[in-house]
Amino acid sequence: MIIQFICRAILLGVPLLYGSTGEIITEKSGHLNLGIPGIMYVGAISGVAGSFIYENACGNDLANMNPVLAVIIPFLCAIAGSVIMGLIYSFLTVSLHANQNVTGLAITTLGIGLGNFLGASLINITESELPSIALTKTSSFFSTQLPFADKLGWFGELFLSHDFLTYLAIVIAIIVSFVLKRTRVGLNLRSVGENPATADAAGINVIRYRYVATCVGSAIAGLGGLQYVMAYANGVWSNNAFGDRGWMAIALVIFALWNPSSAIIGSFLFGALCNANNYIQGLGTETQELFKMLPYVVTIVVLIITSMRKKREHQPPQSLGLPYFREER
Amino acid sequence: MAKSNEIKHREPLFHVVKRDDMPQWQAWLIRCATILIGFLLVGILSMAITEESFGDTYQIIFSGVFGRLFEGRTTMLWKYLQEIAILLCLALALTPAFKMKFWNCGAEGQALMGGLASIFCMINFGEKLSYPALIITIIVTSIIAGAVWGVIPAVFKALFNTNETLFTLMMNYIATQIIAYYVYIEGGGSNVINPVAYGNFPAVGNNDYFVNIVTVAAITVFMYIYLKYSKQGYEISVVGESQNTARYVGINVKKVIIRTMLISGALCGVTGMLLVAGKDHSINTNLVGGQGFTAILMSWLGQFNPFIMVVMTAIVVFLRIGVAKVADTSHLNSSFSEIIVGIVILMLVGCEFFIHYSIKFRHSKKEVKA
Repeated sequence: MIIQFICRAILLGVPLLYGSTGEIITEKSGHLNLGIPGIMYVGAISGVAGSFIYENACGNDLANMNPVLAVIIPFLCAIAGSVIMGLIYSFLTVSLHANQNVTGLAITTLGIGLGNFLGASLINITESELPSIALTKTSSFFSTQLPFADKLGWFGELFLSHDFLTYLAIVIAIIVSFVLKRTRVGLNLRSVGENPATADAAGINVIRYRYVATCVGSAIAGLGGLQYVMAYANGVWSNNAFGDRGWMAIALVIFALWNPSSAIIGSFLFGALCNANNYIQGLGTETQELFKMLPYVVTIVVLIITSMRKKREHQPPQSLGLPYFREER
Repeated sequence: MAKSNEIKHREPLFHVVKRDDMPQWQAWLIRCATILIGFLLVGILSMAITEESFGDTYQIIFSGVFGRLFEGRTTMLWKYLQEIAILLCLALALTPAFKMKFWNCGAEGQALMGGLASIFCMINFGEKLSYPALIITIIVTSIIAGAVWGVIPAVFKALFNTNETLFTLMMNYIATQIIAYYVYIEGGGSNVINPVAYGNFPAVGNNDYFVNIVTVAAITVFMYIYLKYSKQGYEISVVGESQNTARYVGINVKKVIIRTMLISGALCGVTGMLLVAGKDHSINTNLVGGQGFTAILMSWLGQFNPFIMVVMTAIVVFLRIGVAKVADTSHLNSSFSEIIVGIVILMLVGCEFFIHYSIKFRHSKKEVKA
């Protein structure tokens, strides 16, 4: 029971981990990207569209499908879709100096609209009666377990039974924290976010760093959408099912204090909180609705505590949300 | 001459210069041109997807918004005005907060709480109170509910400088869950509350939405005067420009933040009340339908000027309803209109660049020759 609960929490937490790792990279460059929910949505639907096309090309037959291609195609589609959204965002905010919050919210509107529209169009093509697309074959490739996971009892279930996107999320988060803290690129990126004018004077290409950071961040966030569809939902896409996970990913950034490694633990904790209502005995449906607000309440409490403590290393990048215009220094 | 040739290859093709203030009419010319391009793009995109001709597309859009206006029936027009009124009211509510650089992303939650207060009064006091007393109770409680929901993040912002964007966002979801809880309890597990007959706003001349529209029109004028001519409105803009300046001239910044969010939340609460008592007579978690975010964009595009906001909301709601109709007639998903609205808003956000900056191209020898 407890093992099952933890595994479920991890499964629920991984999309948030992808989203917040991506957002941390973007925020470190000084950009508060509120478009992440829309970008994750686009990542998910691009992956779905990619695997839909591939499944149809193989005549919907599992025997014809190449496992490598079945994974690679949705993976690349998800990255491509979310990078395009990231490019739109960074073009408007970096090159055209548009307001970041406004652009981000517009990107979210656009992304969710695109996702629902494409999703509904694909559902139309399949002519199925249910309002969803089932890509269970592709999903089965995504959630292939390690071969010896079953034989190791609770240890195997807890650590080895997950889909490969889960491990990838953790690996990416660890790599990103390493890059941010220990490498020259990370140092440059952080200086761009803290004080772009100084970074510029030191010879760092601020515009390039901001573009790359936003696009890489978007790509990682888009994978979160893909993991949600392929691993959590078993390859079933239905409109609006992704819900508010994008906003929770942004909240997780603050929870993790801009550190991707802490975001790993944080995302599993959020996953557990989202799921707690299903595992506490004797709750009526109405009390369950109240329990679903737990992750949001916890986020608010964390927000308040971090703002009260005012530790220097726990503060957001100094020029977060501010556009940089070289001639205005 | 030789020297300039040496450094020439390092000079970029163009560079961006901040403009001195552009005359208002020129700025508006750019914005109008963008809107026009946007409308052309809407037609072309719809044409490409639905395979209708450009003219037909616009005919469907107009019929979707205005219906049988030309045959003398104005039901659709009133519905259009009502939709504008709701979005506009949310945008107006957010404006004082934005002018203060307080990112209130919680309009949705504040409106939901206002709506909750209204429906609570309608159900529980509907039979006990006389009609005028009931209406007054509804107005007062929903204003208080919205204001309380708005002022909680403001207090923490004022005391500890807590990030308000995320705080208000999270408050949305808490409000949604409270509504889900209440709907479950009140609907007896069916997740639906049947329309309540008590405490509905009166219909004026056969028109249910008249009260809503007039209320929002009044709020528009009030907000214009409040921001432009009142002392409090001036304090808001000083705090928004620079908190240090505000402190220097003796403005109590914390007080202004809390007071402004009380107003902002209260107006969101009013919107919730208009939706519940003036339109749906019921409540569900999708009452506001994500319009809180669109309202943020409207407030921004309206340059914090209530009258420009009227125009912007009219355009956006026109596109939203009209394109939804286009999608409907060609059996497409109604999210098509969300995409269109998103694109047009992004274009409008982008066009501000050309108002505030100008691009200077390099004057190379080739250009001189040509």
